[in-house]
Amino acid sequence: MNGVHDLGGTEGLGRVAPTKEGEEPVFYSDWERAVFAMLVPSLLAGINLDEFRHGIERMHPAEYLSSRYYEHWLYTMEKNLIEKGVIDAKELEERTRYYLENPGAPLPARQDAEQTRSLLEIMRAGVSTRMPKQGDPQFKPGQPVRVKNYHPSGHTRLARYLRGKLGIVDRVYDSFVFPDTNSKLEGENPQHVYSVRFDAQEVWGPETSEPAEMIYFDFWEPYLEAA
Amino acid sequence: MTTTEQGSPPPVPGTLPAPPEEIAARVKALEAIFIEKGFVTEEAVDKIAEMYEKEVGPHRGAKVVAKAWTDPVFRERLLEDASAACRELGIGGVQGEDMVVVENTEGVHNVIVCTLCSCYPWPTLGLPPNWYKYPAYRSRMVKEPRVVLQDEFGLDLPDSTEIKVWDTSAELRYWVLPERPAGTEGMSEEELASLVTRDSMIGVGLPKQPGSAS
Repeated sequence: MNGVHDLGGTEGLGRVAPTKEGEEPVFYSDWERAVFAMLVPSLLAGINLDEFRHGIERMHPAEYLSSRYYEHWLYTMEKNLIEKGVIDAKELEERTRYYLENPGAPLPARQDAEQTRSLLEIMRAGVSTRMPKQGDPQFKPGQPVRVKNYHPSGHTRLARYLRGKLGIVDRVYDSFVFPDTNSKLEGENPQHVYSVRFDAQEVWGPETSEPAEMIYFDFWEPYLEAA
Repeated sequence: MTTTEQGSPPPVPGTLPAPPEEIAARVKALEAIFIEKGFVTEEAVDKIAEMYEKEVGPHRGAKVVAKAWTDPVFRERLLEDASAACRELGIGGVQGEDMVVVENTEGVHNVIVCTLCSCYPWPTLGLPPNWYKYPAYRSRMVKEPRVVLQDEFGLDLPDSTEIKVWDTSAELRYWVLPERPAGTEGMSEEELASLVTRDSMIGVGLPKQPGSAS
């Protein structure tokens, strides 16, 4: 979707304000810790990674740009789990009001040492979305390719700033779950992934870019065509 | 002249930043439901968060870099398959399943960004700083990397240095193998690792010089 999240090349968003390394806490608050830790449990509760990302993209642009990072995660967990009927919107609202009025009230007590162990194990091992596909990759390293002019209204990982641009295949990777279909529960549909190299002058125009700058972007095969 | 006074136009949909206490209550409500539904426990939340506060961080990537600087065969393996090479050192996990290391060399400088969200190699660099996830960096790094590196990060590269910007749009997680600083011959892996900064592995900085104070 042509959403606010697709930020490459957008102007007017201000200067980067880096914090000195080591100065920023990993989490600012208990709520940030909780949202982060609920990532894998929310995926296990029935959201796939692409639905998770698409949920964030469906935030209102003003809210997307003005909210703290982990609010994006909170938003997509709530939105996806409500839409899937896993949690009830009214119950969530009532409980939110309760904790707003009683911020010190405890969470429900439940122990499950085995689940804790298993969740930590997932964090340590990871879950790859690499998945075998029948057939050879269509493009080869060194081959010129053009990015499709493709504007689906659902989730895609094809950034707007590169659509229609000409690049050179730099690396060919294995195949991975295809976000465009997986986000709609239309199949994992694995596709080969390519790293494609673009000269910044091709992307931004010779008058508004600098020399000796290259952009590398990873594309699933259906985003590309031979040039 | 007529005057019109019919109130204010409707607000643009969307909201301004929510008060932190409201967010905290929303999170607690969701967490309570997760606990009751058996998705998580308070203990698991605490242990998972603690893992990224205490165990996972850029010191792990620094260890990998120092080994690559001292062991050319390991360096080859790291550039060939970063996730496999990191596993040799017991380093891996979520958002590092398929890592790719790109090497700085004389005249070539690499830097990573995620314009679509905030993809980042957690197992070796830890969780990303907020500036990496916020709109300014994500919008500008692909358009004017040399300016951002110089003005915002104080990294002044020669005009002849080619800048390669890696926009991590798929499931590969890129990070940078910086150049080993001069004057570090004879240093141990542990001493070398202390020179490797998080920023040098993102590509917005360089490793510390030996003997520098911080």
